Amino acid sequence: MTYDPTQTTTPTTEAPAAEAVAVNPTNRGQALRQRLQQLLAFGGLAILFIVFSIASPQVFPSYSNVTNILFSAVVVGILALGATLVIITGGIDLSVGTGMIFCGVMSATFITIWHLPVLLGVLMAILFGGLLGAVNGFNVAVNKLPPFIATLAMMLVAGGLALVVSNKAPIYFDAASGYQKISTGTLIDDNFLPGVPLPRNFPNAVIVFALAAVIAIVLLNRTVLGRYDLAIGSNEEATALSGINVKKWLVIIYAVAGLFTGLAGVMISARLGDAQPTGGQGYELQAIAAVVIGGTSLSGGKGSIVGTLIGALVIAVLTNGLQIISVPQEWRDVILGVVILLAVYADQLRARRGSVT
Amino acid sequence: MPDQGIPPTTGTHDPNLLLQAAGVSKSFPGVKALSGMRLDLRKGEVLALVGENGAGKSTLMKLLTGIYSMEEGQFWLEGQPLLVKNPKEAQERGLAIIHQEFNLMPDLTVAQNIFIGREPLSGGFFTKPKALEAQARELIDRLGLPLDPSAKVHTLTVAKQQMVEIAKALSYNARVLIMDEPTAALNDAEVETLHDLIRRFITPSTGVVYISHRMPELKRIADRVTVIRDGEYIDTLDMATVTLDQVISRMVGRAIDTSARPENVRTDRPVLMTVENLSTKDMLSDVTFDLYEGEILGFAGLMGAGRTEVARAIVGADPRTSGTIRLRGKVVNPRNAAEAAKQGIGYLSEDRKKYGLMLGQAVSSNIAISSLADQFSRFGFVNDRAIAKAAADQRTALRIKTPTVAQLAKNLSGGNQQKVVIARWLVKNSDVLIFDEPTRGIDVGAKDEIYHLLNRLAAEGKSIIMISSELPEVLRLSHRIVVMAEGRITAVLAAGDASQESIMALATHPDDATSAASAEHLKEDAR
Repeated sequence: MTYDPTQTTTPTTEAPAAEAVAVNPTNRGQALRQRLQQLLAFGGLAILFIVFSIASPQVFPSYSNVTNILFSAVVVGILALGATLVIITGGIDLSVGTGMIFCGVMSATFITIWHLPVLLGVLMAILFGGLLGAVNGFNVAVNKLPPFIATLAMMLVAGGLALVVSNKAPIYFDAASGYQKISTGTLIDDNFLPGVPLPRNFPNAVIVFALAAVIAIVLLNRTVLGRYDLAIGSNEEATALSGINVKKWLVIIYAVAGLFTGLAGVMISARLGDAQPTGGQGYELQAIAAVVIGGTSLSGGKGSIVGTLIGALVIAVLTNGLQIISVPQEWRDVILGVVILLAVYADQLRARRGSVT
Repeated sequence: MPDQGIPPTTGTHDPNLLLQAAGVSKSFPGVKALSGMRLDLRKGEVLALVGENGAGKSTLMKLLTGIYSMEEGQFWLEGQPLLVKNPKEAQERGLAIIHQEFNLMPDLTVAQNIFIGREPLSGGFFTKPKALEAQARELIDRLGLPLDPSAKVHTLTVAKQQMVEIAKALSYNARVLIMDEPTAALNDAEVETLHDLIRRFITPSTGVVYISHRMPELKRIADRVTVIRDGEYIDTLDMATVTLDQVISRMVGRAIDTSARPENVRTDRPVLMTVENLSTKDMLSDVTFDLYEGEILGFAGLMGAGRTEVARAIVGADPRTSGTIRLRGKVVNPRNAAEAAKQGIGYLSEDRKKYGLMLGQAVSSNIAISSLADQFSRFGFVNDRAIAKAAADQRTALRIKTPTVAQLAKNLSGGNQQKVVIARWLVKNSDVLIFDEPTRGIDVGAKDEIYHLLNRLAAEGKSIIMISSELPEVLRLSHRIVVMAEGRITAVLAAGDASQESIMALATHPDDATSAASAEHLKEDAR
């Protein structure tokens, strides 16, 4: 058992991106710049980690606490993956918080009320998130509503419908004992592949998060969707005149982001063991914060999933670390706000320096 | 040949000069942008400054106005050493620069734009609209400009917007007026108006530096011409005695044939595309023409004649109210540019930065974007090796000057950016290429390359529609020429029958009173 993040120099999540860059010789210059940006964000994360480790050497860097941090990053992190794709187009999605809650309620409806098999219910909840995203995309791309407004409206609609569908009460997954294991079970326990040196006994949610991250990395770096995402964010008009059906792809990108929302809905309801019809508000802003800390530009055309992962971890480490050293909630918010400002300001500085030549 | 006695480091001052630069050098990481540059603007003259893109013209301007900091060398303005920290200070010292891209607020009025930041105020806070307008009117009248101070800027033509820029610059009592490509977006009548304005500005104590790629204009407006190349001063010549070919050969370091005409007229070829009764809501009415295989069909006309609108309507970028577009006899009527591209029609916009390139993306990404789905991906997964190879092939074939195809598009010069957009459609293997102002803002050497490229593409069987405001360009390249005025086609001329004069006559459309009036409008007003 050697899982100790203080000893690893690169997070495990960066490996797939490194591969993607290596086989992508056309984008080496860009990749380098992006790499630098990620390194700086990662450096910030490492510093936070070290500072908290010094402040609380007994508790903070312990294996169980690191597991806690990762566990607590899952929901915001998954939302932020989808948000990254949307923000790269130059858009924004404010509906992911209540959308996630709505998807959780739908998951409970499918499984507890309709008695569908857990796996099918989960799949349908995720697809339901995709549907919400597609509606957002349709409003943005075809009806030409500003993304802020389209998704603000969806935020209210999804939040309201979650209450309507659930009858304003939590729906429990009592009949589906396996559901909670999606999040809190430990697939990789002491009996999993004995003898192989693996970090063990961490919740499955972390595995789901890692898989979702890999999918997002592949989507952005290796697929047509990722290229069109970046192209639309760089210059939507030019992309359209290049013969790309921008409307169609915007709907697809928002829909894919919605799939991540759906997955986050499953993860949050699985963690709690019931689908709460409220409490989603604020998650969308945390997700956006993670994306922005990770160096993705709100004006579009530029961004990375690895950055977003680091951003989500920065938020989780800060929240956890400040809690451990007994900083009250109100001051945690202040500090998180300042961190967001610093991260974006540093990014601006880099961008400005980069554009002089 | 870098020339005659460049002053070693800072040089000396000549009192007869209005603006002088000596020994100016500037480097950027990896590039020597300027080296020992000099510039002598005499009092009362129009000095043309020419050089290929990347020759260092804009770097020199940015040094002059304090956007870049000086490294080596010295500027003098009327005998006083000139070292400004920012453009505002340059303005206050009497240096006015009209950039190629305007800095106007479209929703404000002419008067508000001219005096932005210097509005007459009462109590230091409340605006005085009447006083502002009176002040603007006084200035406009003094300059003799056909402008209405209360008009919103976005309602004005490009030419009039430029006049607003000039009025704004001259309102600071500028002695030196520097104009960067002032005629890039103007038609011939508007160019004349601008030149009149410049001539009126010139007094024994003022001077104009006129940066342009449009060679024939220089002969008409400039007294002398300074040629720079690769960041170095090459020569200053008297306009009265020098020939344009001499200027151009100094610019590019080689001779260029500017008198070439298309070899043959290709109406013997089969028709590839027909456009019938194309109309749009506000602009086009009943535009009908054929495009032959392997033909370059030039579109000439004044600004606002509807040439760009024809292109946009054909590819479905703007909605059509009527019209049929056929390719090889089959109706295609693309509803958007994606459908047009699928059918093999590529549109290359006049505004590369706005409608052409993803500036923040790699050259390779820009080249591959249109063909990602059909050539460079399998099951949605992108094949970056294939992209890199295709982009590298295009880079060689079109001689795109970039260190690697991973370079971001924004770091390329205008001509090379244009080649990137062309490469995109070549990779897509489109049959019909619609070029809208393919050489706008491109230097002479790169222009020549683009011309050769268009000829080669036509010879290879591509059908090309070329929209251009430069008549010599239209005449040089087109096998046939469509002339437009007021949203209609007024004539289709065979290359042999067309001349600058005949095209201009048809473009101003004497049969139609309103269009003739509007074409003469600017000239009238200016007098």
